[in-house]
Order: sequence, then C-alpha cells, then structure tokens
Amino acid sequence: MRTSSTIFSALVVIAGLADLSVQAGAQETIKIGEINSYSTLPAFTEPYRKGWQLALDEINDKGGVDGKKLEVISKDDGGKPGDAVTQANELVSKDGVVMLVGTFFSNIGLAVSDFAKQKKILFLAAEPLTDAITWSQGNRYTFRLRPANYEQAAMLAEEAAKLPAKKWATIAPNYEYGQSAVAVFKKLLSQKRPDIQWVGEQWPPQGKIDAGAVVEAIAKTEPEAILNVTFGSDLVKLVREGNTRGLFKDRSVVSFLTGEPEYLDPLKDETPEGWIVTGYPWNAVAIPDHAAFLKAYQAKYNDYPRLGSVVGYSTIKAAAAILAKANSTDSEKLVDAAAGIAVDTPFGPVTFRKSDHQSTLGAFVGKTALKDGKGVMVDVTYHDGGQYLPSDEEVKALRPQN
Amino acid sequence: MNFYFDQFVTGLASACSLFLVASGLSIIFGVTRIVNFAHGAFYMLGAYVGFTLTEPLSGAFGFWGAILLAAIVVAAIGTLIEIILLRRIYDAPELFQLLATFGVTLIVEDLALLIWGPNDLLGPRAPGLKGAVDLFGLPFPTYDLLLIALGPLVLGLLWLLFRRTTWGVLVRAATQDREMVAALGVNQKWLFTSVFALGVFLAALGGALELPREAASHTMDLQVITEVLVVVVIGGLGNVLGTFFAAIIVSELNAFGILVFPKISIVLVFLVMALVLIVRPWGLLGRAEAIARVASGATILRWRPLPSRGRLIAALALTAAALLPFVAGDYLLNVATEVLIFVLFAASLHFLIGAGGLVSFGHAAYFGLGSYGAALALKQFGLGMEAALIAGPLLGLAGAILFGWFCVRLSGVYFAMLTLAFAQIAWSVAYQWSEVTGGDNGLLGIWPSAWAASPWHFYWLTLALVGAGVAVLRMIIFSPFGYSLRALRDSGLRAEAIGLDRRRVQWTSFAIAGFFAALAGALYAFLKGSVFPDNLSIPLSIDGLVMVLLGGVGTVSGGIVGAALYRSLSIWIISHTDYSKLVLGLLIVVLVVLFPKGVVGAFESWRARGAPPTGGESS
Repeated sequence: MRTSSTIFSALVVIAGLADLSVQAGAQETIKIGEINSYSTLPAFTEPYRKGWQLALDEINDKGGVDGKKLEVISKDDGGKPGDAVTQANELVSKDGVVMLVGTFFSNIGLAVSDFAKQKKILFLAAEPLTDAITWSQGNRYTFRLRPANYEQAAMLAEEAAKLPAKKWATIAPNYEYGQSAVAVFKKLLSQKRPDIQWVGEQWPPQGKIDAGAVVEAIAKTEPEAILNVTFGSDLVKLVREGNTRGLFKDRSVVSFLTGEPEYLDPLKDETPEGWIVTGYPWNAVAIPDHAAFLKAYQAKYNDYPRLGSVVGYSTIKAAAAILAKANSTDSEKLVDAAAGIAVDTPFGPVTFRKSDHQSTLGAFVGKTALKDGKGVMVDVTYHDGGQYLPSDEEVKALRPQN
Repeated sequence: MNFYFDQFVTGLASACSLFLVASGLSIIFGVTRIVNFAHGAFYMLGAYVGFTLTEPLSGAFGFWGAILLAAIVVAAIGTLIEIILLRRIYDAPELFQLLATFGVTLIVEDLALLIWGPNDLLGPRAPGLKGAVDLFGLPFPTYDLLLIALGPLVLGLLWLLFRRTTWGVLVRAATQDREMVAALGVNQKWLFTSVFALGVFLAALGGALELPREAASHTMDLQVITEVLVVVVIGGLGNVLGTFFAAIIVSELNAFGILVFPKISIVLVFLVMALVLIVRPWGLLGRAEAIARVASGATILRWRPLPSRGRLIAALALTAAALLPFVAGDYLLNVATEVLIFVLFAASLHFLIGAGGLVSFGHAAYFGLGSYGAALALKQFGLGMEAALIAGPLLGLAGAILFGWFCVRLSGVYFAMLTLAFAQIAWSVAYQWSEVTGGDNGLLGIWPSAWAASPWHFYWLTLALVGAGVAVLRMIIFSPFGYSLRALRDSGLRAEAIGLDRRRVQWTSFAIAGFFAALAGALYAFLKGSVFPDNLSIPLSIDGLVMVLLGGVGTVSGGIVGAALYRSLSIWIISHTDYSKLVLGLLIVVLVVLFPKGVVGAFESWRARGAPPTGGESS
C-alpha cells in the first residue's frame, strides 16, 4: 500500500507543478487554442500539424501580429466529442486562448462549435465537412475553412452530369457524412439529368466494410456508373475487391476525396484509373502561392504536403489575419473581423462569407491515373469553392437567423 | 442463380477469415477464462509484422514464409506477455485480466504508430493468387478460395490437436475443471502459456492473411475485436466448432442481408447474438458454465456499512468537495464535475458487478439513454433542465427494465455479451435515427438552465445528485434487498433454496443500476452541451469496466475510487502527452500488477493484515 500512496502523492505533485508552470507563462503572446484528433487519426493530423507549425513559424518570424508573437496551444481530443469539449474548456478557462481552431470529425466540430456559441468565443473549424456546421447548426461564432460536403458533391455532380451513364449506384459509409454526401449528389445530379436512374445503394459501416459482398451486391444492380464515398481502409478494401472482381471495368466511377494524398497514396500500384475525384495533386498545382508554400514545406520537413498540411497552414494564416484585422482579442470584435475577411492560402485568396461563415477555399477535380507505380491525379482543374455555394439569399433559409 | 451462389461463396471467404481470428480467442477463453481484449491487437500486429517481413522476402516461398514467420513472432510476443503479466493475475477476481489485456491493447496501438508510422500500409498480393477465377460466369478472387480452404483446414487441425494429442486432452480437462487438473499434477502454468501462444498465433495468422485483402492500419484491432468476441459467444464459449458455425452464419447473413437491407451491417452481428442468446443462453454449441470453485484460503472481504470513523471521513471529503468552488478555477471545476459524473456511472456499474455479480459489457447504454432522454426532453418537448434531469433517468430506467428482463435469464460472460448486444442495438438506433437523434451529428445546445449555468452552480448540482445517488446505492447494498442480491451472487443455489427469486432480484438490481447510470448520463449531457452516439458506445462501456476493476470489484467503494482515479488520470494524460494511450496503458498494467484486487481492495487487504483470521472487511 505504501507504494500506491507514493504514486498518488507523486501524481498530485506533478499535477500541481503542471498548473504552476502554465500560470507562470508569459503574457506577451496571443494564444490560440487548437484541438484535433491527433491520437485517433495520425495519418491526417500529423501533416495538418506540420502545416500549422509552418504557418506559425512564418508569422512569428515576421514579428507576429501587432508586435505580439502567436502561440498555439494544441490538444488531442482522442476522437471523442465529449473529450474535445473538455479540452476546449481547458483552453478557454485555464489557458486563456482568444480563439479555438481545428477539429477533423464532423461531430467533434459540431460539439466544439456549440461550445463556442455558449462561451461566446470564436471557433474556426478546419477540417469537418458536414454542411450542418455552417448551415442548419450554424452560429455567429463558428467559421469553417474546408469546402463543405455540399461543395464537393456539387463539383463532382457537375462532372458526373457530362457522363453518358444513366444508371447509377452508390457506395457510402453508413453515417452522417456518407448519407448527406449521397443525398446532395443525387439531388444535384438528378436536377441536371432527370433521365438518371438510381439502381442500387450500399451502406457499409465505417471502417468495417465487407468488401467482397458489397462489390457483388453493387455489380448485381448492373449500374453504368458508381458513386463512391468510402475512404481510408474501407476504400483500400473496396478497390482491391473491385479490381479483382472487375466491378470498375467499363464503368465510370465518381469518388469523394479519393484524390487527396491521404487516401490516394496508400493505394499504391492498385490505384484505379480514370475515377473522377476531388483531391489535392500537390505536385501539379499551378497556383503561384502554392509554389512558395510547397518550397517552404519541403525545406522544413523534407516531405511533401498532404491536403491536411494545406488546411493546417491556411487555418493559422486565417487566424492571424482575423487577429490583425480585429486589432483586438475581444471575441465579438474577432467575429466581426472574421465575417467577410479575405485570407491568402496556398490555393490563392479565399473569403470567409458573411452570410454563412464558410470560406471559399476550393478543391481540385481531376481523374486518377497510375504513374511509376503510384496513384496521381491528371486533367486537374481547381474549382473555386465560392462558385459552388448557394447564394446568400438561399443560405438565409438554411441557417437559423437570430 | 449464379449470383446467389457467388454471394454465398463470398460470404464463406469472409467467414473463414473471421473464423481464423475468432478460433484463437475461443481457445484462450475456453481454457484460461480470460476475455482477451488484446486479441485484436495481436491480429493487428500480425498484419504489421507480416507487412514488414513480406517487403524484403519475395517470391512464393518468401511471401508464405513471411506470413507464417509473422504469426510465430507475434505468438512469441504474446507468450512473453502471458508470462510477464497475465501469470501474475490468474488468481485475481474474474475479468480482472480483461483490464490487463485492455492496457496491453492501448500500449500496442501507440507502439504500432511509433514503429510503423501513421499511414495505412498496403502489402503485396499473394504470389500466384492475384487474379480471379471464373465461378459460374462471375469473376471470383483466387485468394478467397484459399481462405475458404484454410478455414476448415484449421478447424480440422485444431480438432486433431484437441482430440488426438495428450496436450489436447489436458487442455480439455482444464477447460472442464481447472482445479482437478492441477490436483493431478499437471503444470497448469505451461498449459496456459501454450494455449495462449496458440491463440495468439491464430490471431496473428489471421491478421497476416488479411494483407492481400486490405492495408495494415492501426485501427484494425478495434475493428475486429468486438466482431470476433461476438462470433465466439454466438458459437458457445470455448467451442471451436461452434465458432466456425457462428462465423458462417454471421457472414452469410451479412452477405445476403445487405441485398435487402443495405444498412443492416452496422447492427447485424449484435442482432444475431441477441437472438441466439435469447433462444440458446449458452450459444449454439456451448454448455452451461461449470460453477467455479472459490479457491479455499482466498481472503474474502466482508462488506460492512461505513464505521463511524469512515462516516466522518466521508463527511469531511464531501465538505471538502463542496468547498472546492472557492479555491478552484472554472476549468478545474469542470473537470471535477466530469469526474463526479463518472463516479456515479462507475458506482452504478459497480453495484451491478460488485454487489450483484452481474458483469455488464454494455452499461453505457443506460448512460447514453439518460443523455438522450434529457436532450430530447429539452429539444423535442421544450422542457427545462429540471424536467430533463428526470426524463433522462426515466428513459434509462425503461431501457434497463426492457433489456434487463432478457439479460437476467443468462449468466456469466453470456450475460455480459447480451448486455453488449443491447447496448450496440441502442447505439445503432441513436446512430441511424437521424430525424430524432440527429444521428452521428448528435443533438446540440443542451445547456443548463440559467440558475445552474455557471460552472460552480452546476458543480454543486452535480455534487448533490451524485452524492445522493451514491448514498442511495450504498443504502440499497446494505438493505435486505442488497443482502438478497449478494446472496445470489455468492451462492445462487443456496439463495434460491431459501426462497429468493433470482431473476426478480437481479432484474430489479439491473433496473436500479440503469437508472443511476442514466442520471449520470443526463448530467453529462448538460455538462458537455451536446449528446452524441458516443455516449452509448462500446468504449464508454469499457471505460466503466476499467474504473470498476481498477477500484476493486470485491469492495464496496471500489467503483467510486476507481472512477475518480481513472477519469482524472485520463483527462490529465490526454491533455499533457502526445502518446496518451501508451502512458495510460502502461499505468493500467502497472496498477494491475501492483493491485490485483484493485486499488481499494489492496488497501483494505493491507488494513486487514492485522485483523483476526476471519478475514478483512470492506466498507
């Protein structure tokens, strides 16, 4: 028992010291609280972390914001919305951050956005895709950087409408993201092409696809084209089974996010060719701002950027721009400054729309191809997010007005 | 027609790959009675080690050699873990080993991340089996044919091993009566070690054989563990043939189920398990569990209400807790509120496990029902926080009454797994029923009424409700009902012989535990401001188990102390380290080895050392 009480006292002491060290911290910096699923999704959040660290260094090397250095306090949410709120609370109540940024999962993004609304603190959501975060659950304090699910669906539906295929089947993970992706894609494509028939759908549980059975079930419906929304380990299994069983032969495939290096690279030499995808072809981007970003990133990390790197980088750049424009750390002033602000990102200048706080960051649409045993995107065009968002008038109906 | 045959064969391939992993778990449980939570971790390690070995080795021999070598390497790691860790705690209370293997899983997850990096690793396809064969006009992967052959082959080999070798006879004897085998002079230690090694070998082999089908990723462990556990239970614990049938049933139902209900996969295995267990309480081919003899000489702590000094300490602790807002900041209060909520959650689970002897793997269901009940009362019906804090627990109570009626018909691990099945069914309802529950996006804006909105007011409210909840649970434990419950736990036969209605008493205790878990869940909803399906998911159920086991099952206050310890540690660790799983896993393993009776159990045994030989007391 003596051992255990020693352990307890040691823990108490450590906890006490940790508290002291924080309180002793200097006050000349502006603190930004950052939360993401570092332990749950390292493949996405590691490049993201590198991205925001690069941006932070660049800003501080130039003297910070208004002569004050920026400091990012980063927390792991363990992939759970409840824990993310605990971390947000620590950042706001204890560390005294002036705004919150980050998050990956939609539900965590929503949990933190609701927390931000309650605590009246600005939250800049980096990666969550759900439309709800800026529309049905939108609030004054929440902004979002990445192009929403709706925009990705709209970009892909535009391309899909050009295909001759009339019979479509869908494969999507069985949760909100997959469901809303399919719903929006179907709606937009059917508007453009009333002649299209939806012949089959499969909803494997996220992370647990029984790929063989799903592939056969889709093949049985004999579609001319397939919409895929699965990603990560499910995508790998689906592609392998689909390739072997000839599902993709002579069929058009339209696929969400598959062109992002995070999802494309693991497929290696089994990358299916000719899929129409959204993504980020890091070595084929013709935007001038991107060249500088790419050079700096490769110099610092000796690695190529993923989409997460761009998101992390742009998030902190946007945060700094908001702070500079507001010239204050007061939440209300920050929110006022953020609405309508223009920010330079590696994809060029973007604006956070006043109407729904969604940035106009876009995505690349292209086709998958194989090059030297690796998956790449070809025939790439950058689609500006602003072109695919509903008008301010339409947004009014989507967003709670208060 | 051809299509249906093809779909059937596709299902068979999935079944065989599932069976390979599940058979190992079944064997380990059958002999050692360990619910090896780390089985998924070994499966994942098999895939990763296999990936590393297939890289330099090429050609057919190299590929298959690498697969086999990977399984052997991981089996060696498993053996080491068994010798170093599990051997020390075989005498600990039932399921304590679950805690140790949970710690191992956490450690392995972070180690895999450190060694193999965060990205999914796509291994090579099997040489010579890359393509597809024509099966009644449809292309079918050649590799899947190999898996279909491998399943029955492994089943046959295991049958030979268990039926035709001396080792197998001893293992089967140990499965039926461990003490008798030990009394006959068989060295149980090595028997257990070899069984564990074989089980881990099969898990790793299953993982390595997945390489041509999927990428090695560090979420593989949790993807597979519940599914294999379910398959093992459906088949009947320790019965390998049953496991085989169960794997086929589950896989075929999934293969054909998705044709009619494309969304069925998410809940199918749990539906099947619930139905099978309701009809056959010991799985398809399982038999009633032998009543384990309590090892003589083991010190059992007698349960007593708090003595006067204990009451004084409790009163002082409560006063100190009530004064906390005067010294602590908002964040600390927030954490303290969360810890208190988990104290109530763990106390309710501890009531079920400790006093009732009913181990629940699905206690989060009632926590989550409490959260959703409160959130829906607020959002859908526009009630205030006060009414919502009543509605939540009532929904949890209703759920516990409904599910409990089925569960108390079962016992042991089957009971635990049926609670898990119901929890997963409840979870999938919350996850799918978007119109009402918001699905995965949850329900937002669940904030306390104005008078309770400040962190210190909500803390006091929580303290009052949690304090009252814990006090009531303790009063029940020491009431005549509590004595009945404990009598049924200690000796079901004798208790029934004196006229206690086992099912009624246990059903009531299930409802009570569900009610208080739901109260904790309702408070949690208002603390976080939002409710998600996470609130009734498996990880939360596991957290509850970890808290109770860490505190000590055989004690009265174990749940309370375990929750306070585990929750504060995990909040602190996740906030301060990058490798929170590694640190938490190591801590759990250390605590398990240091305190095999749990923290409170260790303390009370230590205090009882000077006590008369009648044994110590727990209060």
